Amino acid sequence: MEVIKSKNLVKRFGNVEAVKGVSFEVQEGEIFGFLGTNGAGKTTTINMLCTLLAPTEGEATVNGFNVIKERDQVRGSIGLVFQESTLDDYLTAEQNLRFHAYAYSIPRKTLEPRMKELLEMVGLWDRRKEKIDAYSGGMKRRLEIVRGLLHHPKVLFLDEPTLGLDPQTRSRIWSYLRELQGRENLAIFMTTHYMDEAENCTRIAVINHGKIVAIDAPDKLKDDLGGDVVTIKTEDNSKAVILLKDQYALHPDQENGTIRFTVPHGEEFLPGFVSGFPLRLISIGLHRPTLEDVFLKLTGRAIEEQKTNQTQHLKRRRRGH
Amino acid sequence: MKKFFHSVWVIAYREFLRFLQDRSRVISSFTMPIIFLVIFGAGFGELIGQMMPGVDYIQFMYPGILSMTVLMGSMMSGVSIVWDREFGFLKEVLVSPLSRSGILLGKATGAAGIAVMQGIVMLVLAPFVGVSLSWGIVLKLVPLVIILSISMSGLGLLIGARMRSQQGFQLIMQLVMFPMMFLSGIFFPLAGTARWLEVLSKFNPVTYGIDAIRQVFLGSEAAGVTIFGHTMGIMDSALMVLVVGIVLLLGAVRSFNRQEQ
Repeated sequence: MEVIKSKNLVKRFGNVEAVKGVSFEVQEGEIFGFLGTNGAGKTTTINMLCTLLAPTEGEATVNGFNVIKERDQVRGSIGLVFQESTLDDYLTAEQNLRFHAYAYSIPRKTLEPRMKELLEMVGLWDRRKEKIDAYSGGMKRRLEIVRGLLHHPKVLFLDEPTLGLDPQTRSRIWSYLRELQGRENLAIFMTTHYMDEAENCTRIAVINHGKIVAIDAPDKLKDDLGGDVVTIKTEDNSKAVILLKDQYALHPDQENGTIRFTVPHGEEFLPGFVSGFPLRLISIGLHRPTLEDVFLKLTGRAIEEQKTNQTQHLKRRRRGH
Repeated sequence: MKKFFHSVWVIAYREFLRFLQDRSRVISSFTMPIIFLVIFGAGFGELIGQMMPGVDYIQFMYPGILSMTVLMGSMMSGVSIVWDREFGFLKEVLVSPLSRSGILLGKATGAAGIAVMQGIVMLVLAPFVGVSLSWGIVLKLVPLVIILSISMSGLGLLIGARMRSQQGFQLIMQLVMFPMMFLSGIFFPLAGTARWLEVLSKFNPVTYGIDAIRQVFLGSEAAGVTIFGHTMGIMDSALMVLVVGIVLLLGAVRSFNRQEQ
């Protein structure tokens, strides 16, 4: 059964088209990821699906409810964790959760055991009486996940769930998420620009400039690249690119002084290539394709270069909301 | 409709909770009126007493300070909504199934409730500063204070509904609040001041709020605002504040809905 159905969603802000006709479906119990750089239209899409933004065109249903006409039903049936904290820092963890319970009209009888179950699972039960401003970034994120699940939603939306967290905290959050997801047959719709995080997804949609350029399982996407990735540095990269195209019939991409291309059975290709290549090689590398390679191939842009702008982006977001 | 009242209750509940958690806010909101009462009552009071022979100055000042406390407390509704937007909590509220207008009225109710509590502290203090109170006065005063505070929290919300930063809001609020306070007769009687001041004051909803409260205290000794030859009684003034308040709240709801969709 589909929990999310999006048909040709479009969002325009003035003259800027942030999302240009996005269509996809998310099945029950699936972890579906939107992978893209900052500004690709991920958050805009999430905001439309969770009724914070009205789409300019197209339509979507979440849990069978129309996101334009049945907003309240959509709101009541989904859980959300945003990029930035939406907790009330002046209240304790428990008070934050109780407010949420009142807002979603969760009956007291179900609330108490649910709160205990979830808080114990993410290891915050003992610290529930503390004010949020004493919490670390990772604890806040865990609490927000608990809050998002408090009212038994069928779908959990996660907008960059581990943005700005350290690697240990990120992997811990993911082990919680996987456990919860398995236990409650939850569908997760998430956005990310971390490649390793996208590996957790059942299926990924790669989004670039407001358009979906590919949707598939991570392994399938990697296989579609057609073999292994070879990266080389030579004394004359532009000459090398021409050589690779003309004499080897490959499709090389050049970036930051390195050339990369894919070949089937890389380990068999390399020895012959090294001895036969006419230009002097400075370095050579071979790896199984990663999502990063998939992403580069599909969008022609390294996600790394976006990261330098990330802190500024975060600051802007803080101010903007 | 049930959902609307539920939303009002949930949001107002959080406003109270939030207020009680913030110790510095609790302390300052109850000591401020005391400071005002001492400074204005004892300091300026003498002077005002000379301007209005026959009127007990503390009886004149006290309703003004009471109204000012309520006014400033009510405006916190706007601070609260801008704060929530700036720190992200507003998103949690907006994606919940609570109704939009209920959220806004909940903010108004919360701020007004806290302002009324401050007002009650002022009433408890009244006998200590030499203001004579009777149960009859208190009974008439409470509904007036509630009307004034809801009305003024409507103003705070109207300003805050679209603002994105605390600093911006504080700036606009001071720009609006101070003229409103000075043009309302809180500190000095407006009858007999410059003609333009008197005219401007009649466009100020606070004028009517204060006038009604003052009439409760002073009885027939209070002047009453005159418009088009009609001298406003307590009920007239209260009605005026109520109507303005409803208009402000509706404007705030409209502005808020447009902003958040």
